[in-house]
Amino acid sequence: MIVFEKPKALTDAPLHYCPGCTHGIIHRLVAEAIDSLDIAGKTIGVASVGCSVFAYNYFNVDMVQAAHGRAPAVATGVKRADPSKIVFTYQGDGDLASIGTAETVHAAARGENITVIFVNNAIYGMTGGQMAPTSLPGQVTQTSPYGRDVNTVGYPVRICELLATLDGTGYVERVAVNNVKNVRNAKKAIEKAFRRQTEGKGFSLIEVLSTCPTNWGKTPEGATEWLEQNMIPYYPLGVYKDKYAEEAAK
Amino acid sequence: MADKILMKGNEALAEAAIMAGCRHYFGYPITPQTEVAAYMAKRMPKIGGCFLQAESEIAAINMCIGAAAAGKRAMTSSSSPGISLKSEGISYMAGCDLPALIVNVQRGGPGLGGIQPSQSDYFQATRGGGHGDYHLLVLAPSSVQEMADLVSKGFDLAEKYRMPCMLLADGTMGQMMEPVELREREEAPADKPWALTGTENKRKPNIINSLALEPQELEKWNEERFKRYDIVRENEQMSQSYRMEDAEICVVAFGIAARVSQNAVDMARAKGIKAGMIRPITLWPFPEKALKAAAGQCKAFVSVELNMGQMIEDVKLSIECSRPVSLCCRTGGMIPSPDEVLAAVERAAEGGK
Repeated sequence: MIVFEKPKALTDAPLHYCPGCTHGIIHRLVAEAIDSLDIAGKTIGVASVGCSVFAYNYFNVDMVQAAHGRAPAVATGVKRADPSKIVFTYQGDGDLASIGTAETVHAAARGENITVIFVNNAIYGMTGGQMAPTSLPGQVTQTSPYGRDVNTVGYPVRICELLATLDGTGYVERVAVNNVKNVRNAKKAIEKAFRRQTEGKGFSLIEVLSTCPTNWGKTPEGATEWLEQNMIPYYPLGVYKDKYAEEAAK
Repeated sequence: MADKILMKGNEALAEAAIMAGCRHYFGYPITPQTEVAAYMAKRMPKIGGCFLQAESEIAAINMCIGAAAAGKRAMTSSSSPGISLKSEGISYMAGCDLPALIVNVQRGGPGLGGIQPSQSDYFQATRGGGHGDYHLLVLAPSSVQEMADLVSKGFDLAEKYRMPCMLLADGTMGQMMEPVELREREEAPADKPWALTGTENKRKPNIINSLALEPQELEKWNEERFKRYDIVRENEQMSQSYRMEDAEICVVAFGIAARVSQNAVDMARAKGIKAGMIRPITLWPFPEKALKAAAGQCKAFVSVELNMGQMIEDVKLSIECSRPVSLCCRTGGMIPSPDEVLAAVERAAEGGK
């Protein structure tokens, strides 16, 4: 009896991510959701710019690679070309919450029937650890070497809270992958986001709090602790908007 | 044969796109091309097509990338400042070998510039515009009829060579009204085995991508793309000759400048000057064969442009500087008068500049 196997929606390509990075877990959760809904054959993914730029090598579905921040616009074009397809983007915090803020906000405002996987690790990973729109106050990065000073560079952006204010947003939830319990919750949320799309229920975004041991300067274990102690208090986990559950409850 | 109807250039272009099978248009308002978006907004919902007003020109071109990647005939339109914003996406399109139609109804620049007609995006269009080694097919209409005809041609060429095509018009072409005959497209749509249509669990995933971190690989991709460009250069040059049979002075002009220059050529002929005109229809590939042939019979060339002199460089390159080439230009939204062009032809005929 097979009790555990690689999801079919992942290819055999070895992941290039750093040791301890949680992108691998999140890739797996996305692939499991695709498998569980049996939608791989009609799914089209949009990779972004950042550490996950090579996502097109890992997901066993049709993929297009978008310019930095533009994935929701590219996904909009793909979805409008054939609304029967399942379209998702996989983006980091620099891509989605800084250079691609406009594309993110307006895809949500339009209620675009796509699924966005937003990986927030509070830093620019691929370019070597610069301050991100989601870097915490006081966080030391290459471009905030004395710690993020909110008086000069401002405050982090909370995407779920922001998108929850939009009428077009269907479902937004923030999850984390720092421990088994949170990973299980993340799996449920990601699968729900894809299911909502198959039901034509509009824009969904799952923000996944993720680790970057390399650029945080921590061990993998230390990174999960740092996430729990610093990121979760600033970015509380939970459902920020679930339009259809709210409507059903009325 | 269809009846001729009176239409604005921008609207003729939009209807021609629909007749060419375009069902995905992504736009953003900017003068003087907004009629394209307004027309698409009216028509697309009625024919099951998609009109979407994007949040920015950047988003519009990326939506085009998505629809083109999914195998559809996708189109966006804008005017000069908006094309600068689209340039990132255009470079990605070229790098991903995606066909699509981008319309630039040019206005004066640089910066916010003005809203009157211009041809000052010639360099931007013919040299690529965005970053990296690439070209666009660039088509230049000089009548409302061509605003319509070149749309279908542009889509066909873009799909044949898997590269983005730019229709480089100007504010005059977009705004003026002329009789136009709209024709149904003849060619069958191209087969697109590379398109993202979902694997249906029957084939390996298709990947559309412009990233190659291995320099050897990226060099190979670029070299292969340029081999395709060589074929385009060889086979797709288009131009129209006017009174060139015995011409000694060759005016070179496209778009609205060609309309003005045609009058100037007639005026010069009436004065006994053997003038003619070559009107490039493809700006890339530039019609260098026609220009080179003209250099055999003409003693001078005059480049007439609505900018400070951009196409003149291609004229000189095409004839390998074997004849004097002078410039007759207005800029900032101004259009040279036939008298101004005539004076430039007369100076060239006298051997001066």
